[in-house]
Amino acid sequence: MELVLENVSKTYGSQAALDAVSFAVHPGEIVALVGPNGSGKSTLIKAIATIHPVTGGTITIDGRDVRSIEPIELAMLLGYVPQGFSYTLYSTVFETVLMGRRRYIRWSVPDEELARVQRSLDALEMGQHAAKFMDELSGGERQKVFIARALAQEPKIYLFDEPTSALDIRYQIEVMETMRRITREQQTSMIVAVHDLNLAYRYADTVVVLNRGKMEAHGKPCEVLTPDCIRSVYGVDSFAVENEFGKFIVPFRARSPG
Amino acid sequence: MPDPSCHPGNPQPSVSSLYKEGSRRRIVLVAALLVLVIAVAILSAGIGTVSISPEDTVLAVAHACAVSIQNFLHAYLPAVGSWYDAIPFTVPSPSNPQAELIVVGFRLPRILLAILTGISLAVAGAVMQGLLRNPLVSPFTLGLSSAASFGAAVAIVIGPAVLGGLLLVGSNSFVIIMAFVFGWLSMLLVYAISRARGINQATLVLSGVVIGYIFSAGITALQYISSNEKLRDLMVWLMGGMWGASWGAVLLLIPLTLIPFFLLERMSWDLNALSAGDDVAKNLGINVNRLRLSGLMISTFAASCCLAFTGVIGFIGLMAPHICRMLIGNDHRYLIPCAGLLGAAILLVSDTAARTILSPVEIPVGVIMYVLGGIFFLFLIMRARGRGLY
Repeated sequence: MELVLENVSKTYGSQAALDAVSFAVHPGEIVALVGPNGSGKSTLIKAIATIHPVTGGTITIDGRDVRSIEPIELAMLLGYVPQGFSYTLYSTVFETVLMGRRRYIRWSVPDEELARVQRSLDALEMGQHAAKFMDELSGGERQKVFIARALAQEPKIYLFDEPTSALDIRYQIEVMETMRRITREQQTSMIVAVHDLNLAYRYADTVVVLNRGKMEAHGKPCEVLTPDCIRSVYGVDSFAVENEFGKFIVPFRARSPG
Repeated sequence: MPDPSCHPGNPQPSVSSLYKEGSRRRIVLVAALLVLVIAVAILSAGIGTVSISPEDTVLAVAHACAVSIQNFLHAYLPAVGSWYDAIPFTVPSPSNPQAELIVVGFRLPRILLAILTGISLAVAGAVMQGLLRNPLVSPFTLGLSSAASFGAAVAIVIGPAVLGGLLLVGSNSFVIIMAFVFGWLSMLLVYAISRARGINQATLVLSGVVIGYIFSAGITALQYISSNEKLRDLMVWLMGGMWGASWGAVLLLIPLTLIPFFLLERMSWDLNALSAGDDVAKNLGINVNRLRLSGLMISTFAASCCLAFTGVIGFIGLMAPHICRMLIGNDHRYLIPCAGLLGAAILLVSDTAARTILSPVEIPVGVIMYVLGGIFFLFLIMRARGRGLY
């Protein structure tokens, strides 16, 4: 599925949260959204998911405007994981993941849907927690449950808003590896907002840099995530290190404003 | 830490077996509650100034049913009627000749009213808590009870003056209608207010609470200006009870309870999905605003119908759903019927105790219910694996 954003704008009152953002996402591609807090990453992801519709421009999936697609069909195309998540006590892990299959369940739950839930949990190595209650998990495990829910949804496009924010470094790498494998294998795409520029660098095919709602840069990680760009967007000095494992960005000093 | 899921041979319950085991447990609990409600109803019908054995209770009801069916058939379907008469089996009359009159005429309507009210309020509470994802929400925290009470107060205090010679409406049915109309109105108000600001759950709950206060002020004012005799009527209504039971009320409330129940039960999966938050629910293809509006309207409707006949019955709408969540979890497919049946059981036991403990003096049902239900609830919290409620 080809996702195309054209001149996407979003204003809250007189304030522009997104200003003429345009880029395309191809099947099998991972796009990382990076930028400082308040730069519009979450707003953009919610706009694509039609949770907060755009006020200008268009977002299309294979040429169809997302706003014209029925919510039920859209639920089969887009899988969204929010930044903050809520859950109800007394909900177990597998029940939470099962919600991803809501569109395919009428009343009772067929065996194949349960098998899908199992596969999603296993993909994130959460199978052994299936019976636990949500509040018995650590913050990172809970975040993995929500990612598993999106996996169970089996969408064409994953929309993840900082999915690794509560994860320790091992889980961060595991989740991103899993998502890269899944997007490659299933030719699905993923738009992921991340703060960790090294995660963006290592796992994204394309990086979109947002700053105050505007798209500052768009392209391959090695072309976009340069010390110059990081300085102008974040106001942080950084340098790149290259060794046998790849190239790494090391931010080291915040520049005083002005 | 070694990860057991990496080793396929490791014994670990699969999602499928967990789901099936969970469903089985929940179905057993719902069935057990159903049996409990029926058993309590039969026992309750036997308790009172005249004791009637459970067998006589069952026979009295069966006999009354058989006779009504026979009369109905003879009146409207004579052909089937004669066929019915030819059945060689007749339901024997109960050994106690008064049993039928006492059970069917007096106690059963009251028992059924308690059951229907318990179901309505508990189901409404369970659905409202799910819709607004707020554990403190019940038909009473959303302003509904204050508004309905205000309607009833208006009818009791100034109704006779307004109606005067108009004998078209008996004063009692005027109270019922006013309570219902105001209860329903409060929900429209709550919704209209939150709509003006963009509907979200916090605004909804807050508007409900505020509207409750405004109507409470109205009730206080009416209490202040009303005469002694009317004040007593008003207090009785505000305390709530099954005094208004009659077959007319019960026959009206059966569809008004069961239809909302099935409509709300159909929302179960959407309610389940809503527990992950509005944004995720939207992403799962659920029209959250429409779900919230229709769910609130239907549950308010059901609760106001019963409330209009019984007066203020608190507690059940808040506690029955929580008790059930602790027992069977958050799946609304089971939670809604479970809460309804538990609500019915709590209210029926409390009402039976209320009318028999100090017989012939009746204690307000709320007194018993808060004590019984409250202790049971605290007991559950204490043994809830050391976890907080929310």
